[in-house]
Amino acid sequence: MSEVACEILLDGPAASGPALVLTAPISFWGGVDPKTGRIADVRHPQHGDCIAGRVLFLPGTIGSSSASAVLLELVHAGRAPAAIVLHEPDAILLLGLIVAREMGWETPPAVRLDRTMHGQFAGRSVTVGADGSIAEA
Amino acid sequence: MVELSEEEAAVADGRDGAGAAMAMRIVADSARLLGAPRLLPIASAHIDGALYHGDSGTLFAERLVEGGARVAIRSTLNVGALDLTGCSRDRLPEHERGMARRMMDAYRALGCEPSWTCAPYQAGHRPALGTDVAWGESNAVVFCNSVLGARTNRYGDFLDIACAIAGRAPDYGLHRPENRAATLVFDVGALPRSFVASEIAWPILGSLFGKSVGNDIGVVAGVDAHPGEDALKAFGAAAASSGAVGLFHIAGVTPEAPDVATALAGRTPSATIPVTAEMVADARSRLSTAQQAERIDAVAIGSPHLSLAEFERLARLIGGRRLAVPIHACTGRHVLAGLDRLGLRKPLGEAGVTIVADTCVVVTPILPELAGGVLMTNSGKFAHYAPGNTGYDVLYASLAECVESAVAGRPVLERAPAA
Repeated sequence: MSEVACEILLDGPAASGPALVLTAPISFWGGVDPKTGRIADVRHPQHGDCIAGRVLFLPGTIGSSSASAVLLELVHAGRAPAAIVLHEPDAILLLGLIVAREMGWETPPAVRLDRTMHGQFAGRSVTVGADGSIAEA
Repeated sequence: MVELSEEEAAVADGRDGAGAAMAMRIVADSARLLGAPRLLPIASAHIDGALYHGDSGTLFAERLVEGGARVAIRSTLNVGALDLTGCSRDRLPEHERGMARRMMDAYRALGCEPSWTCAPYQAGHRPALGTDVAWGESNAVVFCNSVLGARTNRYGDFLDIACAIAGRAPDYGLHRPENRAATLVFDVGALPRSFVASEIAWPILGSLFGKSVGNDIGVVAGVDAHPGEDALKAFGAAAASSGAVGLFHIAGVTPEAPDVATALAGRTPSATIPVTAEMVADARSRLSTAQQAERIDAVAIGSPHLSLAEFERLARLIGGRRLAVPIHACTGRHVLAGLDRLGLRKPLGEAGVTIVADTCVVVTPILPELAGGVLMTNSGKFAHYAPGNTGYDVLYASLAECVESAVAGRPVLERAPAA
Protein backbone atom coordinates (compact mmCIF):
# COMPACT_ATOMS: atom_id res chain seq x y z
CA MET A 1 0.00 0.00 0.00
CA SER A 2 1.31 3.41 -0.86
CA GLU A 3 1.45 6.39 1.43
CA VAL A 4 -1.43 8.84 1.13
CA ALA A 5 -0.91 12.56 1.70
CA CYS A 6 -3.65 14.38 3.64
CA GLU A 7 -4.46 17.93 4.60
CA ILE A 8 -3.56 18.55 8.24
CA LEU A 9 -6.52 19.88 10.24
CA LEU A 10 -4.86 19.76 13.66
CA ASP A 11 -1.18 18.90 13.76
CA GLY A 12 0.67 16.75 16.20
CA PRO A 13 3.41 14.12 16.44
CA ALA A 14 3.03 10.91 14.43
CA ALA A 15 0.36 8.57 15.81
CA SER A 16 -0.28 4.88 15.14
CA GLY A 17 -3.03 2.39 15.81
CA PRO A 18 -5.31 -0.18 14.24
CA ALA A 19 -7.62 1.51 11.74
CA LEU A 20 -11.33 1.71 12.51
CA VAL A 21 -13.12 2.67 9.31
CA LEU A 22 -16.71 3.70 9.97
CA THR A 23 -19.12 2.93 7.16
CA ALA A 24 -21.78 5.45 8.22
CA PRO A 25 -21.72 8.97 9.69
CA ILE A 26 -21.84 9.17 13.46
CA SER A 27 -23.03 11.61 16.08
CA PHE A 28 -20.52 11.72 18.93
CA TRP A 29 -23.22 13.07 21.25
CA GLY A 30 -25.34 10.04 22.06
CA GLY A 31 -23.41 7.90 19.57
CA VAL A 32 -20.16 7.38 21.48
CA ASP A 33 -19.92 6.60 25.19
CA PRO A 34 -17.74 9.43 26.60
CA LYS A 35 -16.40 7.23 29.40
CA THR A 36 -15.24 4.25 27.30
CA GLY A 37 -15.13 5.29 23.64
CA ARG A 38 -17.52 2.49 22.68
CA ILE A 39 -19.93 3.21 19.82
CA ALA A 40 -23.24 3.30 21.65
CA ASP A 41 -25.61 4.09 18.78
CA VAL A 42 -27.45 0.81 18.25
CA ARG A 43 -28.36 1.80 14.70
CA HIS A 44 -24.72 2.39 13.70
CA PRO A 45 -23.08 -0.39 11.63
CA GLN A 46 -20.00 -0.33 13.91
CA HIS A 47 -22.11 -0.41 17.09
CA GLY A 48 -20.08 -1.99 19.89
CA ASP A 49 -16.65 -1.19 18.42
CA CYS A 50 -14.37 0.99 20.52
CA ILE A 51 -12.68 4.09 19.08
CA ALA A 52 -10.08 4.39 21.89
CA GLY A 53 -6.53 4.06 20.56
CA ARG A 54 -7.71 3.49 16.98
CA VAL A 55 -6.97 5.57 13.90
CA LEU A 56 -10.59 6.58 13.36
CA PHE A 57 -11.81 7.15 9.80
CA LEU A 58 -15.04 9.20 9.72
CA PRO A 59 -17.03 9.32 6.48
CA GLY A 60 -19.23 12.00 8.04
CA THR A 61 -20.40 13.42 11.33
CA ILE A 62 -23.90 14.26 12.46
CA GLY A 63 -23.80 17.67 14.03
CA SER A 64 -24.52 18.15 17.67
CA SER A 65 -23.17 21.11 19.54
CA SER A 66 -22.09 18.71 22.30
CA ALA A 67 -19.83 16.58 20.07
CA SER A 68 -16.86 18.66 21.21
CA ALA A 69 -17.67 17.98 24.88
CA VAL A 70 -17.77 14.22 24.23
CA LEU A 71 -14.42 14.29 22.45
CA LEU A 72 -12.81 16.39 25.20
CA GLU A 73 -14.16 13.96 27.78
CA LEU A 74 -12.66 11.04 25.82
CA VAL A 75 -9.25 12.75 25.69
CA HIS A 76 -9.41 13.47 29.42
CA ALA A 77 -10.36 9.85 30.16
CA GLY A 78 -7.54 8.51 27.97
CA ARG A 79 -10.11 6.92 25.66
CA ALA A 80 -9.67 9.12 22.56
CA PRO A 81 -8.74 7.76 19.14
CA ALA A 82 -4.98 7.74 18.34
CA ALA A 83 -5.73 9.94 15.32
CA ILE A 84 -8.83 11.13 13.48
CA VAL A 85 -9.25 11.07 9.70
CA LEU A 86 -12.23 13.11 8.47
CA HIS A 87 -13.88 13.28 5.07
CA GLU A 88 -14.59 16.93 5.80
CA PRO A 89 -13.63 19.14 8.71
CA ASP A 90 -16.26 19.29 11.46
CA ALA A 91 -15.39 22.41 13.43
CA ILE A 92 -17.59 21.44 16.39
CA LEU A 93 -16.06 17.99 16.82
CA LEU A 94 -12.51 19.28 16.32
CA LEU A 95 -13.13 22.02 18.88
CA GLY A 96 -12.87 19.20 21.45
CA LEU A 97 -9.28 18.63 20.29
CA ILE A 98 -8.47 22.35 20.18
CA VAL A 99 -9.58 22.67 23.80
CA ALA A 100 -7.77 19.48 24.84
CA ARG A 101 -4.56 20.89 23.40
CA GLU A 102 -5.10 24.18 25.24
CA MET A 103 -5.56 22.14 28.43
CA GLY A 104 -2.15 20.57 27.82
CA TRP A 105 -3.58 17.07 27.44
CA GLU A 106 -2.09 14.62 24.95
CA THR A 107 -4.19 15.23 21.85
CA PRO A 108 -4.62 13.09 18.71
CA PRO A 109 -3.87 14.75 15.35
CA ALA A 110 -6.66 15.21 12.80
CA VAL A 111 -6.31 15.09 9.02
CA ARG A 112 -8.65 15.30 6.06
CA LEU A 113 -9.01 12.51 3.50
CA ASP A 114 -11.78 11.88 1.00
CA ARG A 115 -14.03 9.07 2.23
CA THR A 116 -13.59 7.11 -1.02
CA MET A 117 -9.97 6.55 0.12
CA HIS A 118 -10.86 5.25 3.61
CA GLY A 119 -11.71 1.62 2.77
CA GLN A 120 -8.15 0.57 1.86
CA PHE A 121 -7.06 1.04 5.50
CA ALA A 122 -9.74 -1.19 7.04
CA GLY A 123 -8.25 -3.97 9.13
CA ARG A 124 -4.70 -2.59 8.92
CA SER A 125 -2.46 -0.95 11.43
CA VAL A 126 -1.65 2.56 10.26
CA THR A 127 0.45 5.58 11.15
CA VAL A 128 -0.59 9.19 10.66
CA GLY A 129 2.68 11.06 10.23
CA ALA A 130 3.52 14.52 11.53
CA ASP A 131 3.40 15.63 7.86
CA GLY A 132 -0.22 14.44 7.55
CA SER A 133 0.59 11.31 5.53
CA ILE A 134 -1.16 8.00 6.24
CA ALA A 135 0.75 4.77 5.74
CA GLU A 136 0.61 1.18 6.89
CA ALA A 137 2.52 0.89 10.18
CA MET B 1 -6.84 31.30 6.34
CA VAL B 2 -8.13 33.47 9.14
CA GLU B 3 -6.38 36.79 9.59
CA LEU B 4 -6.24 38.29 13.07
CA SER B 5 -6.07 42.02 13.74
CA GLU B 6 -3.02 43.31 15.61
CA GLU B 7 -5.13 43.60 18.75
CA GLU B 8 -6.46 40.03 18.42
CA ALA B 9 -2.99 38.64 17.76
CA ALA B 10 -1.63 40.43 20.85
CA VAL B 11 -4.36 38.95 23.03
CA ALA B 12 -3.74 35.47 21.56
CA ASP B 13 -0.06 35.95 22.42
CA GLY B 14 -0.87 36.53 26.08
CA ARG B 15 -0.93 40.32 26.42
CA ASP B 16 -4.08 40.17 28.59
CA GLY B 17 -3.20 37.00 30.47
CA ALA B 18 -3.31 33.26 29.96
CA GLY B 19 -7.11 32.90 30.12
CA ALA B 20 -7.80 35.62 27.54
CA ALA B 21 -5.09 34.15 25.30
CA MET B 22 -6.58 30.67 25.48
CA ALA B 23 -10.04 32.03 24.60
CA MET B 24 -8.75 34.03 21.62
CA ARG B 25 -6.78 31.05 20.29
CA ILE B 26 -9.87 28.81 20.55
CA VAL B 27 -11.93 31.35 18.59
CA ALA B 28 -9.18 31.78 15.99
CA ASP B 29 -8.60 28.02 15.57
CA SER B 30 -12.34 27.48 15.14
CA ALA B 31 -12.48 30.29 12.59
CA ARG B 32 -9.70 28.59 10.64
CA LEU B 33 -11.57 25.25 10.58
CA LEU B 34 -14.83 26.99 9.61
CA GLY B 35 -13.14 28.81 6.78
CA ALA B 36 -13.92 32.25 8.24
CA PRO B 37 -11.61 34.97 6.85
CA ARG B 38 -11.66 37.09 10.02
CA LEU B 39 -13.22 37.57 13.43
CA LEU B 40 -16.16 39.89 14.14
CA PRO B 41 -16.77 41.98 17.25
CA ILE B 42 -19.87 40.74 19.06
CA ALA B 43 -22.31 42.53 21.37
CA SER B 44 -23.42 39.76 23.70
CA ALA B 45 -23.31 36.05 24.42
CA HIS B 46 -25.61 33.40 25.83
CA ILE B 47 -23.58 30.55 27.26
CA ASP B 48 -24.77 26.96 27.05
CA GLY B 49 -21.46 25.53 28.27
CA ALA B 50 -22.21 25.54 32.00
CA LEU B 51 -24.31 22.38 31.85
CA TYR B 52 -22.26 19.52 33.29
CA HIS B 53 -21.57 16.65 30.85
CA GLY B 54 -18.36 15.40 32.45
CA ASP B 55 -15.40 16.52 34.54
CA SER B 56 -13.38 17.84 31.59
CA GLY B 57 -15.83 20.71 31.06
CA THR B 58 -15.48 21.78 34.69
CA LEU B 59 -11.67 21.66 34.46
CA PHE B 60 -11.78 23.77 31.28
CA ALA B 61 -13.88 26.50 32.93
CA GLU B 62 -11.66 26.48 36.01
CA ARG B 63 -8.56 26.82 33.80
CA LEU B 64 -10.04 29.98 32.29
CA VAL B 65 -10.72 31.32 35.78
CA GLU B 66 -7.14 30.52 36.91
CA GLY B 67 -5.88 32.34 33.82
CA GLY B 68 -7.67 35.51 34.92
CA ALA B 69 -10.22 35.48 32.09
CA ARG B 70 -13.39 37.61 32.24
CA VAL B 71 -16.16 37.95 29.70
CA ALA B 72 -15.78 41.10 27.60
CA ILE B 73 -19.50 41.46 26.81
CA ARG B 74 -22.86 40.83 28.43
CA SER B 75 -23.11 37.05 28.88
CA THR B 76 -26.16 35.28 30.23
CA LEU B 77 -26.05 31.63 31.31
CA ASN B 78 -28.25 28.84 30.05
CA VAL B 79 -29.49 26.15 32.42
CA GLY B 80 -27.12 24.31 34.70
CA ALA B 81 -27.53 20.80 36.08
CA LEU B 82 -28.66 22.06 39.50
CA ASP B 83 -31.63 24.06 40.79
CA LEU B 84 -29.72 26.57 42.92
CA THR B 85 -32.96 28.26 44.02
CA GLY B 86 -33.97 25.18 46.03
CA CYS B 87 -37.37 24.97 44.30
CA SER B 88 -36.76 21.36 43.24
CA ARG B 89 -34.40 18.47 43.99
CA ASP B 90 -32.28 16.43 41.62
CA ARG B 91 -31.10 12.83 41.93
CA LEU B 92 -27.50 13.43 40.76
CA PRO B 93 -24.81 11.29 42.41
CA GLU B 94 -22.53 13.14 44.82
CA HIS B 95 -19.45 13.41 42.57
CA GLU B 96 -21.49 14.72 39.62
CA ARG B 97 -23.35 17.22 41.80
CA GLY B 98 -20.07 18.54 43.20
CA MET B 99 -18.49 18.92 39.77
CA ALA B 100 -21.66 20.51 38.35
CA ARG B 101 -21.62 23.01 41.22
CA ARG B 102 -17.93 23.81 40.63
CA MET B 103 -18.71 24.34 36.95
CA MET B 104 -21.58 26.75 37.66
CA ASP B 105 -19.34 28.63 40.13
CA ALA B 106 -16.54 28.90 37.55
CA TYR B 107 -18.83 30.43 34.93
CA ARG B 108 -19.99 32.97 37.54
CA ALA B 109 -16.36 33.77 38.30
CA LEU B 110 -15.80 34.49 34.60
CA GLY B 111 -18.36 37.29 34.89
CA CYS B 112 -21.41 35.56 33.38
CA GLU B 113 -24.84 36.55 34.72
CA PRO B 114 -26.52 33.82 36.81
CA SER B 115 -29.64 33.88 34.66
CA TRP B 116 -29.72 30.04 34.34
CA THR B 117 -32.43 30.04 31.74
CA CYS B 118 -32.97 28.75 28.23
CA ALA B 119 -35.26 31.75 27.58
CA PRO B 120 -32.80 34.63 28.17
CA TYR B 121 -34.79 36.68 25.66
CA GLN B 122 -37.63 36.74 28.21
CA ALA B 123 -35.23 37.58 31.03
CA GLY B 124 -34.24 40.96 29.66
CA HIS B 125 -31.48 39.88 27.25
CA ARG B 126 -32.66 41.08 23.85
CA PRO B 127 -29.92 42.17 21.45
CA ALA B 128 -31.00 44.70 18.82
CA LEU B 129 -31.93 43.89 15.24
CA GLY B 130 -28.84 43.36 13.08
CA THR B 131 -26.28 43.06 15.89
CA ASP B 132 -23.75 40.22 15.89
CA VAL B 133 -23.84 38.03 18.99
CA ALA B 134 -22.64 34.55 20.01
CA TRP B 135 -25.46 32.53 21.47
CA GLY B 136 -25.73 28.89 22.45
CA GLU B 137 -28.75 26.62 23.20
CA SER B 138 -30.69 25.79 20.06
CA ASN B 139 -34.00 27.41 21.04
CA ALA B 140 -32.29 30.62 22.19
CA VAL B 141 -30.26 30.74 18.97
CA VAL B 142 -33.31 30.36 16.75
CA PHE B 143 -35.31 32.94 18.75
CA CYS B 144 -32.41 35.39 18.70
CA ASN B 145 -31.98 35.10 14.93
CA SER B 146 -35.61 34.85 13.94
CA VAL B 147 -37.67 36.88 16.40
CA LEU B 148 -35.09 39.47 17.51
CA GLY B 149 -33.24 39.63 14.20
CA ALA B 150 -29.83 39.64 15.89
CA ARG B 151 -27.22 37.47 14.17
CA THR B 152 -25.70 34.34 15.59
CA ASN B 153 -24.60 30.88 14.57
CA ARG B 154 -25.25 27.92 16.83
CA TYR B 155 -22.43 28.23 19.36
CA GLY B 156 -21.81 25.16 21.47
CA ASP B 157 -19.73 24.17 24.47
CA PHE B 158 -16.34 25.91 24.80
CA LEU B 159 -16.69 28.18 21.77
CA ASP B 160 -19.54 30.13 23.39
CA ILE B 161 -17.50 31.16 26.44
CA ALA B 162 -14.34 31.63 24.34
CA CYS B 163 -16.23 34.12 22.14
CA ALA B 164 -17.63 35.88 25.22
CA ILE B 165 -14.13 36.34 26.67
CA ALA B 166 -12.58 37.34 23.34
CA GLY B 167 -15.55 39.57 22.42
CA ARG B 168 -15.12 38.09 18.94
CA ALA B 169 -16.73 35.39 16.79
CA PRO B 170 -15.75 33.79 13.47
CA ASP B 171 -17.21 35.74 10.53
CA TYR B 172 -19.27 33.12 8.69
CA GLY B 173 -22.73 31.61 8.38
CA LEU B 174 -25.68 33.55 9.77
CA HIS B 175 -23.51 36.57 10.67
CA ARG B 176 -23.48 37.32 6.93
CA PRO B 177 -26.65 38.99 5.59
CA GLU B 178 -26.48 37.07 2.31
CA ASN B 179 -26.85 33.80 4.23
CA ARG B 180 -30.02 34.86 6.07
CA ALA B 181 -32.52 34.88 3.21
CA ALA B 182 -35.15 32.14 2.97
CA THR B 183 -34.79 29.64 0.14
CA LEU B 184 -38.05 27.76 0.60
CA VAL B 185 -41.65 28.55 1.54
CA PHE B 186 -43.63 26.65 4.18
CA ASP B 187 -47.23 27.59 3.41
CA VAL B 188 -49.79 27.09 6.19
CA GLY B 189 -52.48 29.13 4.40
CA ALA B 190 -54.68 26.06 3.74
CA LEU B 191 -54.94 25.15 7.44
CA PRO B 192 -58.01 26.33 9.38
CA ARG B 193 -57.40 29.77 10.88
CA SER B 194 -58.73 28.59 14.23
CA PHE B 195 -55.99 25.94 14.32
CA VAL B 196 -53.17 28.33 13.39
CA ALA B 197 -54.43 30.66 16.14
CA SER B 198 -54.38 27.88 18.78
CA GLU B 199 -51.60 27.31 21.30
CA ILE B 200 -51.13 23.67 20.32
CA ALA B 201 -50.53 24.52 16.66
CA TRP B 202 -47.11 26.10 17.15
CA PRO B 203 -45.01 23.27 18.61
CA ILE B 204 -46.55 20.89 16.04
CA LEU B 205 -45.90 23.27 13.13
CA GLY B 206 -42.38 23.86 14.46
CA SER B 207 -41.66 20.17 14.60
CA LEU B 208 -42.98 19.72 11.04
CA PHE B 209 -41.02 22.78 9.85
CA GLY B 210 -37.75 21.44 11.32
CA LYS B 211 -38.21 18.09 9.59
CA SER B 212 -39.25 19.69 6.28
CA VAL B 213 -36.62 22.38 5.71
CA GLY B 214 -33.45 20.35 6.32
CA ASN B 215 -30.44 22.64 6.03
CA ASP B 216 -32.39 25.32 4.16
CA ILE B 217 -33.88 28.49 5.62
CA GLY B 218 -37.65 28.57 5.40
CA VAL B 219 -40.24 31.34 5.46
CA VAL B 220 -43.69 30.50 6.83
CA ALA B 221 -46.45 31.97 4.68
CA GLY B 222 -50.17 32.16 5.41
CA VAL B 223 -50.10 33.39 9.00
CA ASP B 224 -52.38 36.41 9.20
CA ALA B 225 -52.09 37.40 12.86
CA HIS B 226 -49.09 37.60 15.18
CA PRO B 227 -49.39 34.43 17.27
CA GLY B 228 -47.65 35.93 20.32
CA GLU B 229 -44.11 35.60 21.57
CA ASP B 230 -44.69 32.41 23.56
CA ALA B 231 -46.01 30.72 20.40
CA LEU B 232 -42.90 31.78 18.45
CA LYS B 233 -40.77 30.48 21.32
CA ALA B 234 -42.52 27.09 21.12
CA PHE B 235 -42.29 26.99 17.32
CA GLY B 236 -38.56 27.71 17.27
CA ALA B 237 -37.75 25.25 20.04
CA ALA B 238 -39.63 22.45 18.28
CA ALA B 239 -38.04 23.31 14.92
CA ALA B 240 -34.55 23.32 16.42
CA SER B 241 -35.18 19.93 18.06
CA SER B 242 -36.51 18.10 15.00
CA GLY B 243 -34.07 19.73 12.55
CA ALA B 244 -30.95 21.86 12.44
CA VAL B 245 -32.94 25.11 12.25
CA GLY B 246 -31.01 28.20 13.33
CA LEU B 247 -33.23 30.81 11.67
CA PHE B 248 -36.82 30.92 10.43
CA HIS B 249 -38.94 33.69 9.00
CA ILE B 250 -42.71 34.17 9.30
CA ALA B 251 -44.05 36.57 6.70
CA GLY B 252 -45.73 39.54 8.36
CA VAL B 253 -44.51 38.51 11.82
CA THR B 254 -40.71 38.29 12.15
CA PRO B 255 -38.52 41.35 11.57
CA GLU B 256 -36.62 40.24 8.46
CA ALA B 257 -39.82 39.08 6.73
CA PRO B 258 -42.29 41.94 6.20
CA ASP B 259 -43.55 39.77 3.35
CA VAL B 260 -42.60 36.52 1.61
CA ALA B 261 -40.72 38.19 -1.24
CA THR B 262 -38.50 40.17 1.14
CA ALA B 263 -37.72 37.06 3.17
CA LEU B 264 -36.67 35.35 -0.07
CA ALA B 265 -34.48 38.37 -0.96
CA GLY B 266 -36.46 38.62 -4.18
CA ARG B 267 -35.38 35.20 -5.43
CA THR B 268 -37.54 32.27 -6.52
CA PRO B 269 -37.83 29.66 -3.75
CA SER B 270 -36.26 26.25 -4.38
CA ALA B 271 -39.53 24.70 -3.18
CA THR B 272 -42.90 25.57 -1.69
CA ILE B 273 -44.29 23.14 0.87
CA PRO B 274 -48.10 23.33 1.05
CA VAL B 275 -48.86 22.21 4.61
CA THR B 276 -51.94 19.99 4.84
CA ALA B 277 -54.11 18.85 7.73
CA GLU B 278 -52.77 15.30 7.21
CA MET B 279 -49.16 16.50 7.57
CA VAL B 280 -50.13 18.28 10.79
CA ALA B 281 -51.92 15.21 12.18
CA ASP B 282 -48.89 13.07 11.32
CA ALA B 283 -46.46 15.56 12.93
CA ARG B 284 -48.64 15.65 16.03
CA SER B 285 -48.73 11.87 16.35
CA ARG B 286 -44.94 11.69 15.93
CA LEU B 287 -44.49 13.88 18.99
CA SER B 288 -45.95 11.09 21.16
CA THR B 289 -44.35 7.72 21.86
CA ALA B 290 -47.24 6.59 24.08
CA GLN B 291 -50.36 7.65 22.20
CA GLN B 292 -52.45 4.81 23.60
CA ALA B 293 -51.39 5.40 27.23
CA GLU B 294 -54.16 4.82 29.75
CA ARG B 295 -52.40 6.52 32.64
CA ILE B 296 -49.79 9.20 33.07
CA ASP B 297 -47.11 9.41 35.76
CA ALA B 298 -46.09 13.05 35.47
CA VAL B 299 -46.60 16.21 33.45
CA ALA B 300 -43.67 18.41 32.42
CA ILE B 301 -44.01 21.86 30.90
CA GLY B 302 -41.59 24.70 30.36
CA SER B 303 -39.19 23.88 27.53
CA PRO B 304 -38.31 26.60 26.75
CA HIS B 305 -38.71 27.96 30.27
CA LEU B 306 -42.19 29.27 31.11
CA SER B 307 -42.90 32.98 31.04
CA LEU B 308 -44.98 34.63 33.76
CA ALA B 309 -47.90 34.80 31.29
CA GLU B 310 -47.69 31.04 30.82
CA PHE B 311 -47.76 30.52 34.61
CA GLU B 312 -50.86 32.72 34.86
CA ARG B 313 -52.55 30.57 32.25
CA LEU B 314 -51.51 27.43 34.13
CA ALA B 315 -52.99 28.77 37.36
CA ARG B 316 -56.25 29.73 35.61
CA LEU B 317 -56.56 26.26 34.06
CA ILE B 318 -55.93 24.53 37.40
CA GLY B 319 -58.53 26.82 39.01
CA GLY B 320 -57.79 25.81 42.59
CA ARG B 321 -58.15 22.05 42.01
CA ARG B 322 -55.68 19.48 43.35
CA LEU B 323 -53.60 17.47 40.90
CA ALA B 324 -53.56 13.67 41.07
CA VAL B 325 -50.25 13.63 39.12
CA PRO B 326 -47.56 16.28 39.65
CA ILE B 327 -46.88 18.98 37.06
CA HIS B 328 -43.20 19.90 36.79
CA ALA B 329 -43.13 23.52 35.62
CA CYS B 330 -39.64 24.54 34.46
CA THR B 331 -38.70 28.19 34.45
CA GLY B 332 -35.96 30.69 35.06
CA ARG B 333 -35.34 32.48 38.32
CA HIS B 334 -36.32 35.73 36.56
CA VAL B 335 -39.95 34.55 36.78
CA LEU B 336 -39.95 33.68 40.50
CA ALA B 337 -40.33 37.25 41.76
CA GLY B 338 -43.29 37.77 39.42
CA LEU B 339 -44.90 34.59 40.74
CA ASP B 340 -44.53 35.90 44.28
CA ARG B 341 -45.86 39.32 43.32
CA LEU B 342 -48.97 37.74 41.81
CA GLY B 343 -49.33 35.43 44.80
CA LEU B 344 -49.14 32.36 42.56
CA ARG B 345 -46.25 30.41 44.01
CA LYS B 346 -48.03 29.06 47.10
CA PRO B 347 -51.34 28.03 45.46
CA LEU B 348 -49.50 26.35 42.59
CA GLY B 349 -47.38 24.40 45.09
CA GLU B 350 -50.45 23.41 47.10
CA ALA B 351 -52.21 22.20 43.96
CA GLY B 352 -49.29 19.87 43.21
CA VAL B 353 -47.12 21.89 40.83
CA THR B 354 -43.37 21.45 41.35
CA ILE B 355 -41.58 24.55 40.12
CA VAL B 356 -38.16 23.70 38.67
CA ALA B 357 -35.89 26.75 38.33
CA ASP B 358 -32.36 27.18 36.89
CA THR B 359 -32.53 23.80 35.14
CA CYS B 360 -35.10 21.43 33.63
CA VAL B 361 -36.30 17.84 33.79
CA VAL B 362 -34.61 16.62 30.59
CA VAL B 363 -31.08 17.86 31.40
CA THR B 364 -30.83 16.61 34.98
CA PRO B 365 -32.51 13.72 36.82
CA ILE B 366 -35.47 15.25 38.67
CA LEU B 367 -38.34 12.99 37.60
CA PRO B 368 -38.48 9.82 39.70
CA GLU B 369 -36.78 6.82 38.11
CA LEU B 370 -39.67 4.80 36.74
CA ALA B 371 -39.50 2.00 34.19
CA GLY B 372 -42.29 2.38 31.65
CA GLY B 373 -43.27 5.81 33.00
CA VAL B 374 -45.45 8.08 30.87
CA LEU B 375 -44.83 11.80 30.74
CA MET B 376 -47.37 14.23 29.32
CA THR B 377 -46.13 17.53 27.89
CA ASN B 378 -47.20 20.44 25.73
CA SER B 379 -43.60 21.12 24.71
CA GLY B 380 -42.35 19.95 21.33
CA LYS B 381 -38.82 20.03 22.70
CA PHE B 382 -39.61 17.91 25.78
CA ALA B 383 -41.51 15.52 23.50
CA HIS B 384 -38.37 15.15 21.40
CA TYR B 385 -35.81 14.69 24.18
CA ALA B 386 -37.69 13.12 27.11
CA PRO B 387 -37.68 9.50 25.88
CA GLY B 388 -33.88 9.46 25.44
CA ASN B 389 -32.96 11.59 28.44
CA THR B 390 -35.49 10.51 31.09
CA GLY B 391 -36.59 7.02 29.99
CA TYR B 392 -40.24 8.14 30.07
CA ASP B 393 -42.53 7.65 27.13
CA VAL B 394 -44.21 10.83 26.00
CA LEU B 395 -47.79 11.83 25.35
CA TYR B 396 -48.00 15.20 23.64
CA ALA B 397 -51.03 17.43 24.35
CA SER B 398 -52.17 21.02 24.80
CA LEU B 399 -51.64 22.81 28.12
CA ALA B 400 -55.38 22.53 28.89
CA GLU B 401 -55.23 18.78 28.24
CA CYS B 402 -52.10 18.48 30.39
CA VAL B 403 -53.88 20.16 33.30
CA GLU B 404 -57.10 18.14 32.97
CA SER B 405 -55.04 14.94 32.74
CA ALA B 406 -52.98 15.87 35.80
CA VAL B 407 -56.18 16.45 37.76
CA ALA B 408 -57.69 13.15 36.58
CA GLY B 409 -54.46 11.12 36.75
CA ARG B 410 -55.09 9.71 33.27
CA PRO B 411 -55.04 11.16 29.75
CA VAL B 412 -57.98 13.49 29.17
CA LEU B 413 -57.79 14.54 25.54
CA GLU B 414 -60.17 16.66 23.54
CA ARG B 415 -61.50 14.79 20.55
CA ALA B 416 -59.66 15.20 17.28
CA PRO B 417 -56.98 17.87 16.84
CA ALA B 418 -58.53 20.98 15.35
CA ALA B 419 -56.60 20.62 12.11
